[in-house]
Amino acid sequence: MLPPDEPLAEIACTVNGRRVAGRTPLRQTLVEWLRAELGLTGSHVGCAHGVCGACHVRLDGAVVRGCLVLAVQADGGTVETIEAATGPEVAALREAFVAHAALQCGFCTPGMILQAAELLQQNPAPTREEVRDHLSGNYCRCTGYQPIVDAVASAARAMQAGGVEGA
Amino acid sequence: MPDTATGRAMPQTAIGRAMPREATRRLVAGGGRYLDDHTERGELHAAFLRSPLPHARFTLDVGAAAALPGVHAVLTAADLAAMCRPWRTVSKAFPGLVSPEQGPLAAGRATWQGEPVAMVLAASRAIAEDGAEAIVAQWDELPAVTSLDAALAPGAPPVHPGLESNRAWGGTIQHGQPDAAFAEAALVVEERLSFTRHTGVPLEPRGAVATWEPGTGALTLRLSHQMPHQMRLHLAEQLGLPINRVRVICADVGGGFGIKMHVYQDEFAVAAASRLLGRPVRWVSDRMEALMADIHAREHIVTARMAVDAAGNILGFDVQDLQGLGAVSIYPRSSTLEAMSMLRAVGTPYRFAHGRARIDCALQNKVPTGQYRAVGAPIGCAMTEHLIEKAARARGEDPWDFRARNLLRLDEMPCANPFGAALHGLHHHAALEKARALMDLPALRAGIAAGREAGRLLGLGLAVVVEFTAAGPVAYGAAHVNVAATDTVVATLEPTGEISAQASITEIGQGITQGLAQVLADAVGVAAEAVRVEAGDTAAAPHGGGAWASRGAAIGGEAIWGAGRRLRAQLLEAAGALLQAAPETLDIRGGEILDQAGTARMTLAELGRLMLFRGHEMPKGVTPGLSAAFHYRREGDATLANNGVHAALVELDRDTGLVRVLRYWMVGDCGRVLNPLLVDGQYRGGVATGIGEALLEACRYDAESGQFLSGTLADYLLPMATDIPDIALGHVETPYAGSALGAKGAGESGTCGAPAAILNAVNDALEAAGGGAVTELPIHPVAVLRALGRLA
Repeated sequence: MLPPDEPLAEIACTVNGRRVAGRTPLRQTLVEWLRAELGLTGSHVGCAHGVCGACHVRLDGAVVRGCLVLAVQADGGTVETIEAATGPEVAALREAFVAHAALQCGFCTPGMILQAAELLQQNPAPTREEVRDHLSGNYCRCTGYQPIVDAVASAARAMQAGGVEGA
Repeated sequence: MPDTATGRAMPQTAIGRAMPREATRRLVAGGGRYLDDHTERGELHAAFLRSPLPHARFTLDVGAAAALPGVHAVLTAADLAAMCRPWRTVSKAFPGLVSPEQGPLAAGRATWQGEPVAMVLAASRAIAEDGAEAIVAQWDELPAVTSLDAALAPGAPPVHPGLESNRAWGGTIQHGQPDAAFAEAALVVEERLSFTRHTGVPLEPRGAVATWEPGTGALTLRLSHQMPHQMRLHLAEQLGLPINRVRVICADVGGGFGIKMHVYQDEFAVAAASRLLGRPVRWVSDRMEALMADIHAREHIVTARMAVDAAGNILGFDVQDLQGLGAVSIYPRSSTLEAMSMLRAVGTPYRFAHGRARIDCALQNKVPTGQYRAVGAPIGCAMTEHLIEKAARARGEDPWDFRARNLLRLDEMPCANPFGAALHGLHHHAALEKARALMDLPALRAGIAAGREAGRLLGLGLAVVVEFTAAGPVAYGAAHVNVAATDTVVATLEPTGEISAQASITEIGQGITQGLAQVLADAVGVAAEAVRVEAGDTAAAPHGGGAWASRGAAIGGEAIWGAGRRLRAQLLEAAGALLQAAPETLDIRGGEILDQAGTARMTLAELGRLMLFRGHEMPKGVTPGLSAAFHYRREGDATLANNGVHAALVELDRDTGLVRVLRYWMVGDCGRVLNPLLVDGQYRGGVATGIGEALLEACRYDAESGQFLSGTLADYLLPMATDIPDIALGHVETPYAGSALGAKGAGESGTCGAPAAILNAVNDALEAAGGGAVTELPIHPVAVLRALGRLA
């Protein structure tokens, strides 16, 4: 239970398609609020200073660093997390990540998938260099990135072919 | 039928198949359950006050902090002393080791920047951090030593009061007649290489959630850790609890790399605080804490000489190593192991008869170092391969030819080299030839020549690697260090026909539970999809070592094969009694029991239901049960050496000094491959770690103040997707002859060879440009510009 002097704000927003309202400490980040208050633990805190990308969520359609956005900034907005991220890109990426072993520990994966989905929305047939560039703000310590690039390329091909590879 | 993911032939067995990991379906859906994803009702959030100075006496006034709204308690060393005994690293492998006691919090004197000195427990992490800031600390700065040279200089300030010297341990190894060998040598090459500290940076930081059970006095500690049973033992010992009242749970672990296998003050403070306060306590390291208080690794200055005769044969090595330990030698394994691991990697792929080594390990006012992926091997490998290149260059010889002549042949093994490395089953020449073909060496060299003509600073570097994996019981057992090198699996037939298993090997993202499931499937005779292997909870998993030293396949694989074969024998005995057939005439395939004619007589589901629910129908005297346990202990070789060849093509930027890795090749031989997707992942991930180590990653300290300078991921640089090229892999498969499956370790050999290959590639480019050599890792752009003569 927080003490009475902790500054709080009321916020209301749409999270994964549902309207939610609650109170948040003014200093609480969006990813902390999603994790602690809503139990949406799919977004991870890897560095809390905006470098690693493990905390990526969608805010009003754009992929943002959940550790650099305060929860109060999501007031009135629409948030999507990995648990309910929608769109054909995410579905194709999930299948491709599994098939290509594009994850080991999986801690970076939710952020990586959201970031890659954003790329595929903007560029349905990226080159490997474009994939690497777009993912360069998401750190993976396990795979050496190559299987991730393979998976994104494979998901792009699957979407272009109208099916999901490996599904 | 080729496998689409790997292009390899698809085997009929589950073992060897490139099967995607079942658990990753949960992880891509956001369903991971890492340490911080679990909460306990009524938990308190902890934050630590850590020493801002590398060495200081201190007094604390916690009154204002304790009075802050939302702060429940502020604890210091004195508060936790009654809850948790101190520990000290002792090993018969390092007689005379100087390593003082450590407790959960520093008492009156901090010996490294980042050492926890007080703990605040509050309603939220943010309030706990407010509390830590509100502690009024009086710091009385003491002289500190951080660099290796300063630590061992005569008259250096002692890291701990009363020490005559900061030398914690040292030793000399000699074999053959090194003096004569160097006197007779036609060529002696020499170098001094220095290696800056690294740390592992698993993306999920360390953390602990402790729950103390009132009344009975039992402790449950959730950890992000590689070795739950190891920690259970230490918690029981330090907290003075019966071991069976301690439960350690490691759920999903977001990477380990050796960082999560030591006893840390902060994690034990969480357990002790929960006991003291009778409340659940949560602490999760933030990234700055992780960078400054996770173990560091690989701070060495190595000076080595190599003697070569007139025919170009290596005669011997003479090595001096200075290693930085930090403020203590890490508990329980001892930081000094890294120097031994370094030495075991010197000259290892090659034939040589004479060796001498001098090792000195220094205490410093820095965070302790410890065993990190590949331990000291990248250093010994870089030193060796640097000298090999230097010798070939001095002889005007192709470095591939120099290596081919000196590499040990398969028929010269088993053997032990002058530094005591036990070598067996290493097919170096096959790996070298495979690499040459994989790289298309003539075309590659022509391309490099053309690029250089056009003014590009291109360099090709090669490294031959031996990595000692899957340590057996003798390593720690003979040192009287309580680290389990054996592993156990309990396999169970479910009444629905599936097979479940609990393994003491642990899953830290390497995917071993998938590999083990494939082994169990073949051992029993069911589809891999019908098998599930769980690990990580000491209340469910049997005793064993967990995840370290690339041991999952080689040791865990044998344990689960043994358990599966035992379970199969039990099920056949029961089925034989029911079917009135001799068990040896029956078979289990695809989850069905077949008779001699190959006719399915019953399913495992039918058998399981009979055994569990309708035992009265079982023939009298038939006793086998639904579960079988197997404890695997390798009696033969102390370690299983694997081998490989690495090569890197790099380009230097003559204006910025930046090094770009253009192409990378690795050929590995880890014996029998259980699942190529997993092995390829280990190789590539390991190489990426080694590239980071060679070019980016460094834990830096200010030379004057001893202040840590690498406290964020903007300071400690990790390789990004744009820094690592695609890595071409080749495989040689020489199964280990001494086990049922023949697997050796695969997890660290990528990291072992990459720094050497990159160092050689950069120096090749510098040599071609008429520049000097770089001799420090990571290779800083300034060092490249200096070597090019473009900076003074």
